[in-house]
Amino acid sequence: MKYGILVNEGPYQHQASDTAYQFAKAVLDKGHELYRVFFYHDGVNNGTRFAVPPQDDRKIAELWSQMAEAHGTDLVVCIAAAQRRGLLDEGEAKRQGKDGNNIAPGFRISGLGQLIEAGIQCDRLVVFGD
Amino acid sequence: MSMLHTVNKSPFERNTLVSCLGHATAGSAILLIEDGVYGALEGTAHSDLLRGALADHSVYVLGPDLNARGMTDDQVIEGVSVVDYGGFVDLTEKHEKVQAWL
Amino acid sequence: MSEPWEEEGPGTVKKFMYVNRKAPYGTIYALESLEVVLIAAAFEQDVSMAFLDDGVYQLKKGQDTKGIGQKNFSPTYRALEGYDVEKLYVEAESLAERGLSEDDLLVPVEVMSREALAELMNEQEVILSF
Repeated sequence: MKYGILVNEGPYQHQASDTAYQFAKAVLDKGHELYRVFFYHDGVNNGTRFAVPPQDDRKIAELWSQMAEAHGTDLVVCIAAAQRRGLLDEGEAKRQGKDGNNIAPGFRISGLGQLIEAGIQCDRLVVFGD
Repeated sequence: MSMLHTVNKSPFERNTLVSCLGHATAGSAILLIEDGVYGALEGTAHSDLLRGALADHSVYVLGPDLNARGMTDDQVIEGVSVVDYGGFVDLTEKHEKVQAWL
Repeated sequence: MSEPWEEEGPGTVKKFMYVNRKAPYGTIYALESLEVVLIAAAFEQDVSMAFLDDGVYQLKKGQDTKGIGQKNFSPTYRALEGYDVEKLYVEAESLAERGLSEDDLLVPVEVMSREALAELMNEQEVILSF
């Protein structure tokens, strides 16, 4: 079965990112296809590589990056939400005249259309938020 | 077409569970996750709410969230099933769509 | 050129419902949810919006945000028709609980009972809540 996941909250502040990650892992473990994870609202903060949580804490951005590396999971950060919250990739940084970018490996920035498309393509779209 | 509803708020803090139960049609399933698991417990001021829902719905609670909060399976209202993340996925497979009550 | 979401053919039309249960301004959910609906309109899906619980406050007439330094986005609800988003459903019980009536709303909507809205939700294929 083809799954899409929407993550609406940032990491650490709310459990939504953790639950979404555990759910995503279980989807893959069961042999389903994880078509896309879309990050919206503060959820875009899952995709910063600049977060440095304490050593004994889970590293949420890294966990997602590892999932993308191992399974080719498409991790998409909403561009409009990302711009509001200061999450940039190289191209966006250039376009906006910012002096650096902070997106984590395996994530890409794209439009809200990617969420709608996931809704159309996937058998199930599961939302995690506050 | 049957629906799976997820609820992630404590019934002591928000009306999310009440609202979900007010809109869940007979035969749909309800899964309590995150702070929503407090709604699944026996012996609270809100226990009757969920007990009433068991007549028309299958009700599940996410075990890892229960255990993280110092609660055990035997504190859950009779008739509510405890599932893990794999069970969560199975529920989403069994029901054609999922509605998150946030 | 074929877009990726056209893989299933141009005939793929799903019933999308956007469920709004949160008040505006206190959090960003109402505004960013509206942004999704505007983008989604381009995908020519069967779109409806449901307003219940505190979500009905999003449609309250006379919003004036000058004093809080935020943009008043409520006029956008009136623009939805131009995007062919015409199915706006408001729950009668949620209005009544808040001492509101249809006259308090800034856009024409269909007011329906909780029971009718529940049935309508049940008919959807993709339900997005923020």
